[in-house]
Amino acid sequence: MAPEDFIAAEAALLDAGRFDDWLALFAEDGHYWVPLQGAAQADPVSHNSIAYEDRLLLALRIERLKNPRAHSQHPASHSQHVLQRSRIEREDDGSGEVLLHTPFLYVESRGEQQLLLAGSLRHRLVRTVAGWAIRQKRVDLLNAGRALPAIQLFI
Amino acid sequence: MTYRDRPEAIAALVQDDRVHRDLYLSEELFALEQERFFARTWLYVGHASQVPTAGDFWSLELAGRPVMMVRQADGALRVFYNRCAHKGSRLVSDECGNTGKFFRCPYHAWTYKLDGAPLAIPLKSGYEGTRLKECESGRGLTELKHTAVYRDFVFVRLADEGPGFEEFFGEVLGAIDNMVDRSPEGRLTVGGGVLRNIIHCNWKMYLENINDTVHPMSTHESATQAADALWQGRAPDAPKPMAMEQILPFGSGYDFFDKMGGRVFANGHSVLGVNFSIHSNYAQLPDYEEAMRNAHGAERAIEILQRSPQNSVFFPSLSVKGSPQAIRVIRPLAANLTLIEAWSFRAAGAPELLFERAMSYNRLVFSPMSVVAHDDVHLFESMQQGLRAEGNEWISLHRNFDPSELQQSTITTNGTNELLMRNQFRAWAKYMAPGMEAQA
Repeated sequence: MAPEDFIAAEAALLDAGRFDDWLALFAEDGHYWVPLQGAAQADPVSHNSIAYEDRLLLALRIERLKNPRAHSQHPASHSQHVLQRSRIEREDDGSGEVLLHTPFLYVESRGEQQLLLAGSLRHRLVRTVAGWAIRQKRVDLLNAGRALPAIQLFI
Repeated sequence: MTYRDRPEAIAALVQDDRVHRDLYLSEELFALEQERFFARTWLYVGHASQVPTAGDFWSLELAGRPVMMVRQADGALRVFYNRCAHKGSRLVSDECGNTGKFFRCPYHAWTYKLDGAPLAIPLKSGYEGTRLKECESGRGLTELKHTAVYRDFVFVRLADEGPGFEEFFGEVLGAIDNMVDRSPEGRLTVGGGVLRNIIHCNWKMYLENINDTVHPMSTHESATQAADALWQGRAPDAPKPMAMEQILPFGSGYDFFDKMGGRVFANGHSVLGVNFSIHSNYAQLPDYEEAMRNAHGAERAIEILQRSPQNSVFFPSLSVKGSPQAIRVIRPLAANLTLIEAWSFRAAGAPELLFERAMSYNRLVFSPMSVVAHDDVHLFESMQQGLRAEGNEWISLHRNFDPSELQQSTITTNGTNELLMRNQFRAWAKYMAPGMEAQA
């Protein structure tokens, strides 16, 4: 699969609510990262983030969503990613990594409420025997540092 | 107008053991809160480390008024209204920055010194013989005269009437001391940015919940069950990732929260977890403890480090955690809209791990993506909706009510006693009453 198609398929899994399948796309050392400074942030250590999660924390998030007593999911949230075409920023044959940049709009709806976020996804994919795996999915929001309502699913 | 000219109607909303729904729903009461309650109480503005250098400013909205905290040339801090004396434009529209040696209004170039004094006005001769100099517009920026800086935490009282700073906060100031004293050098700096949440609920729901020890078992059931499920089967002494160390204690039972104990003070303030808390069992750091003993002496070092309350509420705008070193700031925007900020601190002379704990905790528990906060926020917004129901206009705060509590100000009690909330509402009623006397 071309890495650009992998990005589109990844977002489609989220919008279909197939979170276990989505988590399986991450490498063992994979991270999901939403920096608090958006695209300006250098690293996840020196400044805080809206989310910086390894597979364990992502699994926790997904387990919670399955629990009927995840109160904030009554009514349930649904997401729609609207992606611009992914652009390959860098390929490294040595490490088997490829970096992609994908501008997006993200809509999350729940009951009468609808949340709209905009920004860019930055994927660091690594080639494995089973296909591509996500080493890092970085979500650079336009307005990460401003007040946000609850974002319940995965951008 | 139901309340403005009827103090008895406001007083009747806060009974000994319950409060009326209008405290959360009424826009008229919110307007009166902005005018009276938030003006007469001491509100948190910010931390001195946000403006380290002369000319640095931090601007924000406080109870509906634009204000800015400014570092002076002599190192002092002053707080002004962010308003040009001429026609009212805000002088700064960025949240933070450095203005140099003076403020210059972008509209007509009126300038002001860092201490607010008027500096220059274009076409000065046009004002000769006018009354400009004798009125407010000729006097420069309006300073918030009632400003207090307590160990670098900056507070203001907007109104001339109301209690003095020490009188208002009293013993709860010890919670700031505990946080600052955790730095072997006695100094904190903000770091890592601020997480901001917008919640469609009245501010009181958020502040009550900070003292609510009975909700975690049911509200956070989904998050704690997920954490338990992922962690089960590991040896009890297996090293926990920081995130697990911070999330798993949310699943503690009623007994744990009851025994942690709580204490209330006059004017709505409180400390929850006077005996222990969900923050008590973070991994020990021998090098840091040695630095603390060297700085404070062995006895005092133990006293500081063993005190890890769940939350200390500086009613009505600030909640402090000494460990992890994090604060929440409550900014009411409307009767049904509240902004919550979560800030992390770095303690000078302490290991970076403490700062990482603060950032990690804020990210896990107070971020817009927090799996813990999602259920809190849902319930706050749900109450804001549910209270519109007819048939019962009251919110119950009966748990452990004891009439003798009405005669005392400082009370130490069990951790699940709703006294910690009743105490907030008694202060609310006090500062909502019309006609307080002006005090120095």
